[in-house]
Amino acid sequence: MVLKIFFPQCCTTADSGLLVGCWIPDQDSAVVLAVVHYPFIPGQVKRYLTEIRSQTDVDLTVLGSWSMPKEGQEGMDSFLKDLSTIFPHSRWLQLSREIGKRGFTCQVVRKGGMFLKEQAKEGEGSVRDENEKVIIVHYDQRKVMLSQLHPVQEGVSHSKMEQSALRAVFHTVAQSHPLFFIDKYDDGPLKLTHWQSEGREASIIAELVKQGSVPVCKLLTWMLSLWSWLGSIRLLNVPPVRFISSKLSTCVQLGYRTEHLQTVSSTRKATEHMEFMRKANIFVSFLLDMALGLLLIAWLYRENRIGKLASTLVPVADHVAKELRELLEWLMGAPAGLKMNRALDQVLGRFFIYHIHLWISYIHLMSPFIEMILWYVGLSACLGLTFALSVLSDMVALLTFHIYCFYVYGARLYCLKIYGLSSLWRLFRGKKWNVLRQRVDSCSYDMDQLFIGTLLFTILLFLLPTTALYYLVFTLLRLVVVLFQGLIHLAVDLLNSFPLFAMGLRVCRPYRLAEGVKFRVLCEEEGTPLHLMMEINPIKVSAVLQYYRTPTYSCYPRDSWMALCKKLFVGELIYPWKHKTTKTD
Amino acid sequence: MADDSLTDIYGNRIGVACRCHSDLCREVTVSGPKLSLRSVLVYTCGVWLLAYAAFCCTENTAVLSCAIILTLVGLMVYIHFFKVDHESLLIIGSLGVQLSSSYASGRECTSFIEMSKIKDVVINEAVYMHRVIYYLCILIKDPADPHAVSSVLPLFQSSKPRLKCLIEVYKTCQEILAQS
Repeated sequence: MVLKIFFPQCCTTADSGLLVGCWIPDQDSAVVLAVVHYPFIPGQVKRYLTEIRSQTDVDLTVLGSWSMPKEGQEGMDSFLKDLSTIFPHSRWLQLSREIGKRGFTCQVVRKGGMFLKEQAKEGEGSVRDENEKVIIVHYDQRKVMLSQLHPVQEGVSHSKMEQSALRAVFHTVAQSHPLFFIDKYDDGPLKLTHWQSEGREASIIAELVKQGSVPVCKLLTWMLSLWSWLGSIRLLNVPPVRFISSKLSTCVQLGYRTEHLQTVSSTRKATEHMEFMRKANIFVSFLLDMALGLLLIAWLYRENRIGKLASTLVPVADHVAKELRELLEWLMGAPAGLKMNRALDQVLGRFFIYHIHLWISYIHLMSPFIEMILWYVGLSACLGLTFALSVLSDMVALLTFHIYCFYVYGARLYCLKIYGLSSLWRLFRGKKWNVLRQRVDSCSYDMDQLFIGTLLFTILLFLLPTTALYYLVFTLLRLVVVLFQGLIHLAVDLLNSFPLFAMGLRVCRPYRLAEGVKFRVLCEEEGTPLHLMMEINPIKVSAVLQYYRTPTYSCYPRDSWMALCKKLFVGELIYPWKHKTTKTD
Repeated sequence: MADDSLTDIYGNRIGVACRCHSDLCREVTVSGPKLSLRSVLVYTCGVWLLAYAAFCCTENTAVLSCAIILTLVGLMVYIHFFKVDHESLLIIGSLGVQLSSSYASGRECTSFIEMSKIKDVVINEAVYMHRVIYYLCILIKDPADPHAVSSVLPLFQSSKPRLKCLIEVYKTCQEILAQS
């Protein structure tokens, strides 16, 4: 068997004394947590260990002795060896350093007093045991204590966690946090060497913020409950209001923000790692969002930029309408040399031109108020950049309503034709669609039915190119708008769900999020066991995104490109918010 | 025991070094062929000649600066993410196996597999393009069923050594695996 001893790096220069730590069951490994220095009373050590044991889950025991050669302490070695009779144990480790050597030797004493030596020296080779080998793994106590192994296993039962030796080591060191509170300058019966915090950065400010955040959180929770009560009153839950609010991205964003703030402001302490990280991520991205929003406001409300924006908006709308009208006139003639059905072409073209006329008069009616509307709407940016973007998306949707209307008319006509053609094509072949069995059955038609059907099929087939052309042009226009809205949604979603805190932790404190460990061979000297250095292997950046991103609607699977193309071909309507409705279904 | 006569499956020279830290710990390092100056020159000249041809047609100097930036960025990306300088395998008895590959820019990718997860180390045969190659791989235990293999992790993926070299590494691995 190979014995693994996990030894903290800070203890390699400690004075002689006792090794305190715990055995990891079934793994044949021992974790050394601290060294108790020489002038001690065994009773006090035992009392102290039971005290710590009651505070933590760790089964803390005395593992063995540690001897560091020093001048004037020559009799120390034999004294420390005799200590093994005082403390109960099954195996007693004796680690000892020698002057002028970097590594140290280890001897293991079994309970029966059988003396086993890892590295035989001259004259003592007779007691060497081949089966007992020792690996000493050095670790950085602070990093191991603070790091979190991924994938995170918190809800998993304890017995399953213990399967992995490394996980057990990490768990033990993290659990024995109360042991590290004793400072080396404290006056007490025991002197210990272990990891010491050298003061925390700005700890007073952090403590004050912690104290101050409790009433703020309570106030926020109260305000949020008031807000959700307002949202739940009956007037807002009438079907049309509900439908419109579920389609406006501002309202959706408002819902998300409320939910996030409720998570952050809950006064319950986040005990689990994932919960804590989620809260921190939401909080940091909220702060970033607010800061960006305020920057936008500072830029927007200077030098009368709102007025300029409003004065350019109406001419742009006019220009778009003019272009559309020209496009329609082009379609009503012989577009690209195609010969269309003249009557249908004229009807469709006139219909759409009338629509544009309506739209333009509507815009001109609105024009005196546009600057005021923009001014008030711009204020929404103080709620965050995401709100400003959502409002922009909604405004684009409202201002391009005519394009949407054209698209819907075109798509409906086209869809009708496609369906009619497909069912008449079945009739043409003597088949029909059986609704009950969801399949195509053969069917015998009358002569009259066949005649009418064939006639209708011919008419539809010859009218199809005209409709298809209108549909194609308006679908392209609609796709441009949808693409723009999709980009805005993507930006909002990125701001909402990006795990900024976890990313910062990964960049500034890479050891906090560990994927695993890596080993380095420390020194090879004759007569010493193998010394390894255990370092933390930080998690990959892509994995940080995968583990910690805040779930929003875009995390759900959305339509594939093939499905989109199929929809476009058949003439079904496409929306930028389609993925949201599929989530609720 | 550095042996320079070893080659990879394409016939390029590779270096294999085995260090024995103690009875329990061995380290095998396989270093692939270095980045050759000739291929760098060929690619750079190719891109620049193309850019110069485009410049002659369009008379736009932006094409040339684009080509220079493209070459530099491409070279950096290649040596940072694709060109593996050497791969090493550290086997520690009863603790685990550590695989690390270091790239030409100095970036290192390390992963450590605990001994409790390892079922065995074997040499596999695989059909690769139009030939059959051998590769060393670690069989990972299924956590639910200790007798089943959940996944296979190939070793030395970028510098594919020949069977002769693999057998040596295999023997080293088995020696240590048998001890624990």
